[in-house]
Amino acid sequence: MRYQLGRGAVLAVYAVLIIVPVTVVIFGSFKTTPELFDSPFGLPSSISFENYDVVLNQQNLRQAFLNSVLVTGASVLLTLLIGSLAAYAVARIPGWKGWLIFGFLVLGMSVPPQANMIPQYVLFDQLGLLDSRLGLVLINIVVGLPVAVFILAGFMRTLPRETYEASSVDGAGPVRTYWSIVMPMSTPSIAATAIFLFVIQWNDLLYPLLFISSPGKKTIPLALLDFQGQFLTDYPLLFTGVVIASLPVVIGYVLLQRHFVAGITAGAVKG
Amino acid sequence: MSTPASATTATGAGTGGRPERPRRRRRGPSSRVHPLLYAFTLPALIIYVIFFVIPTLQAVQYSATDWDGFSADYENVGIGNFDRLLTGDTLFLNALTNNLKFMVVVVVFQTILALILAIFLVRNTRGSTLLRGLFFFPTILSSVSVAYIFKFIYDPNFGLGNRVLEAVGLDALTSSYLGNDEAAIYWVAITQVWFHAGQMMVIFIAGLQAVPRELYEAAEIDGAGRWKQFTAITWPMLAPATAIVVAYTTIQSFKAFDLILGLGGNPPKTSLDILSTRIYSTFANSEFGYAATQSIIFMLFIAAIVVVQRRMLKLTQKEA
Repeated sequence: MRYQLGRGAVLAVYAVLIIVPVTVVIFGSFKTTPELFDSPFGLPSSISFENYDVVLNQQNLRQAFLNSVLVTGASVLLTLLIGSLAAYAVARIPGWKGWLIFGFLVLGMSVPPQANMIPQYVLFDQLGLLDSRLGLVLINIVVGLPVAVFILAGFMRTLPRETYEASSVDGAGPVRTYWSIVMPMSTPSIAATAIFLFVIQWNDLLYPLLFISSPGKKTIPLALLDFQGQFLTDYPLLFTGVVIASLPVVIGYVLLQRHFVAGITAGAVKG
Repeated sequence: MSTPASATTATGAGTGGRPERPRRRRRGPSSRVHPLLYAFTLPALIIYVIFFVIPTLQAVQYSATDWDGFSADYENVGIGNFDRLLTGDTLFLNALTNNLKFMVVVVVFQTILALILAIFLVRNTRGSTLLRGLFFFPTILSSVSVAYIFKFIYDPNFGLGNRVLEAVGLDALTSSYLGNDEAAIYWVAITQVWFHAGQMMVIFIAGLQAVPRELYEAAEIDGAGRWKQFTAITWPMLAPATAIVVAYTTIQSFKAFDLILGLGGNPPKTSLDILSTRIYSTFANSEFGYAATQSIIFMLFIAAIVVVQRRMLKLTQKEA
């Protein structure tokens, strides 16, 4: 009995600690600054989209949103394509050779980005890929690839050997087997990897900060960081930016909650 | 897979040609591997080597130079950078200290909190599914968003933190939060726990669900209480999950870069500077060679901590 009471209390307190700040932000995005300071917890007195108007019009945030959609979309798709090809191959190459390539590719997960970002910056500079969305897509692939191979190869190894053998008996080459058999059978792990990549790449700040200098090429997190200077303590505008920046991930989360958890945690298994 | 036993079973199942295959593969390796399979790894390998492996090796090379990142020529300074870093760089030392404080607080509190939440929510009821979803939610937000939420909570004049304390009559506890240089890094640590505890909770739940029910049933018959059950069953059985959570939390606490920039400005104030922000500032200050040196130390440091943690964890699990 005492245990149940304690359990209920802890869970209730923690739920409040998550719900309250999030509600304050959402309500706050519809308030004026005085209104937010007077009653931070109250409902907005009227539903006014003025803050959204200001944020979406003046701050290049619309462009940043579009940039993020383009960069994240291309990055996720290409990482999945390149990563799943490699994962399929290492899952099928027998013996130490398959494991060697796998181990080599996966090693990248344990190197923090601050360790090699400087030579990467120089290399991207030499190739003319700095300050370009293409450069961001490329670096996203580089960073996402080890995790993608790790998750996908792990799954593809569990596919029964008969799957591969039956298809080769039927005369299907590796390309056909990959596309018509392995990919459809791997849908759960592909979805988990896609979600993992989406959350990481949509929210990434380090590489845009490092690579992007033109205001028109900034992504959402970078544009949001700039708010700090522009609206120092205009919290309603900051909150509006937070809501806009989070919208795609939150919508995805509400729709696909279980897969989200699987996706983000799949990447955590080997930090 | 190709043990005689499994070969026999396969024959028994009536697929005549199958048992020969593994044997042939063992004798003549690679003969059965379609060359296209190797080609499939090429796009990944090429991108990975050019943009990841070579730059990582170059970091080592840069770390021995005084290169500013722009000039055509630079001097090789040997271990000069390492010397500078280890003997007199107070900024680096400060970032290291902050980072350690941050790490310890996050690892201890986040792991304990995640474990408690996981134990409370491991059973599949409708309420627990809902709460798991809610507690996991912050993880999907961007760090800049989380930073802004807590900027408002910590605002000394208008912030939620002080408002709530005043409302419940605890005026004495109001604080200037990030404005207090001694405490600032701990407030960011609390933010980090809010941000990622739910993610670690999910890893613990997966670990808990793998513990066989029978163990608890047996323990109950033996009259073991909840605490005894926890120390004798749950904790030792959770060893793999704990190892993952602690290692991942450690690495995450070195990646708190975004949160620090969001809460502490760019460049962050000294009281909030951690290793990753220090490296970034050194780099932004056009000291490429020196920043590379710092990043090498940074990498070795993380590797060392993760190794030590794994050892310690193994020891505590054995005692239990």
